[in-house]
Amino acid sequence: MTRIRFQRSLDDLKENLLVMAGLAEQAIQRAIEAYRVRDLSICDLVNRSEIAINRLERDIDQAALDLLAMEQPMAIDLRFILSVIKINADLERVGDAAKAISDRVRSMEQMAAADLPVDIPRMATLAADMVRKSLQAFIEADTTMARTVLTMDDAVDAMNRSAYKSLTKVMAEESHLAPQALNALMISRNLERVADHATNIAEDVIFWVEGEDVRHHKSLKMVPDPHAMG
Amino acid sequence: MGVGIEVVNLNAWYAANHTLQDINLNIPANHATALIGPSGCGKSTFVRCLNRMHETNPIARVTGTVRIGDLDIYKDAKPVEIRRRVGMVFQRPNPFPTMSIYDNVAAGLKLNGYGNRHVLDEIVEKSLKNSALWEEVKDDLKKKSGASLSGGQQQRLCIARALAVDPEVLLMDEPASALDPVSTSKIEDLIFQLKTQYTIVIVTHNMQQAARVAEKTGFFLNGRMVEFDSTHKIFTNPSDKRTEDYITGRFG
Repeated sequence: MTRIRFQRSLDDLKENLLVMAGLAEQAIQRAIEAYRVRDLSICDLVNRSEIAINRLERDIDQAALDLLAMEQPMAIDLRFILSVIKINADLERVGDAAKAISDRVRSMEQMAAADLPVDIPRMATLAADMVRKSLQAFIEADTTMARTVLTMDDAVDAMNRSAYKSLTKVMAEESHLAPQALNALMISRNLERVADHATNIAEDVIFWVEGEDVRHHKSLKMVPDPHAMG
Repeated sequence: MGVGIEVVNLNAWYAANHTLQDINLNIPANHATALIGPSGCGKSTFVRCLNRMHETNPIARVTGTVRIGDLDIYKDAKPVEIRRRVGMVFQRPNPFPTMSIYDNVAAGLKLNGYGNRHVLDEIVEKSLKNSALWEEVKDDLKKKSGASLSGGQQQRLCIARALAVDPEVLLMDEPASALDPVSTSKIEDLIFQLKTQYTIVIVTHNMQQAARVAEKTGFFLNGRMVEFDSTHKIFTNPSDKRTEDYITGRFG
């Protein structure tokens, strides 16, 4: 084995990304818990972890940039570093979504409890499961697990659409519940984004391990490739 | 214009050492094709088989077929004729040290019987322009010797000398490995321009250079060609584990 120093740098990069992943996963779980028990002290923890996530995002990007500039990686190493850069950005946005949810929980503190036609905990469980599985796929370079994550996204999208439909109906018909419904709608939207970031991470794992770009398969199939036309 | 090269079941030996084994590939016309691999893998021997230089060594032997365009070089042609159609540039620039810049470029033409001064002037100017050296030497063509130029200029002089006899194929055996980054960049820009007119085969240890200049890349290992594909594929997602291990620096 040659390029030992380079291989160690790749291992360090992976380790730092896993620290970032742990923080992001924890942040989303805490935000959901804060919603469930309406506990503002948990919201404070989410805010603090967002700062740590932002700092790590910059460190990881810098380390990846250094490796690209100094080591000129090829093939699987190049794909790994590109995937790390993209996963890093997705994890930072998971942290943003966690903060956005905890901000909603804060604004709900003074509002009366309402029985809304939306199952946020169920949606949160599914989105968090997608994040956990996508990170597991990254840790183990497991593309079968990554592909499982891709199949889960439709369910979260459907839940978000259903939440939109039922909550806008509540806003229209029961105006006194509109603030609560709006908050729930924004939380639903953020959970849907978390699921999208987990999907992106899973796609990046597949690209890293297999070299296959599986992004936007469904939508690209529906329109002809302009570059392939004569 | 460049022509394609077809290699079928090519085998080469140095005495009992079987240095190239069953090489089959098609090198496309008017493209740059890079050959990479660890030292001793056979890539330089391979390019020397493309202009019959390998057999100039008395202990060397070749079997198989190499077609340059429609010419079967081991069947239909004499080595001198082949070397006119297939130019070669080596790792270290090797201008004729006592000859002027002009005579260095004109040497191959004179050897091929060109005597008309006017024609020679035209070809020397065109070749030096094509090798991106004209502007730097046009005032000293007959005053300065080839050896008085810098390393990078000498290499471009050697490229001009190769181009002067109007070849179809240009073989380059690590043409920039002895040059500084600025001269290397000039040679790479030159390869980019020349491939519109010639078929270029370049042996290089510098994988970034292969990635920059070549559309196709072949990976050689232990006398065999492990993988031949688009440069994009080889450097982002090679099919063979051995190629990946080599280009990622896990061996070699």
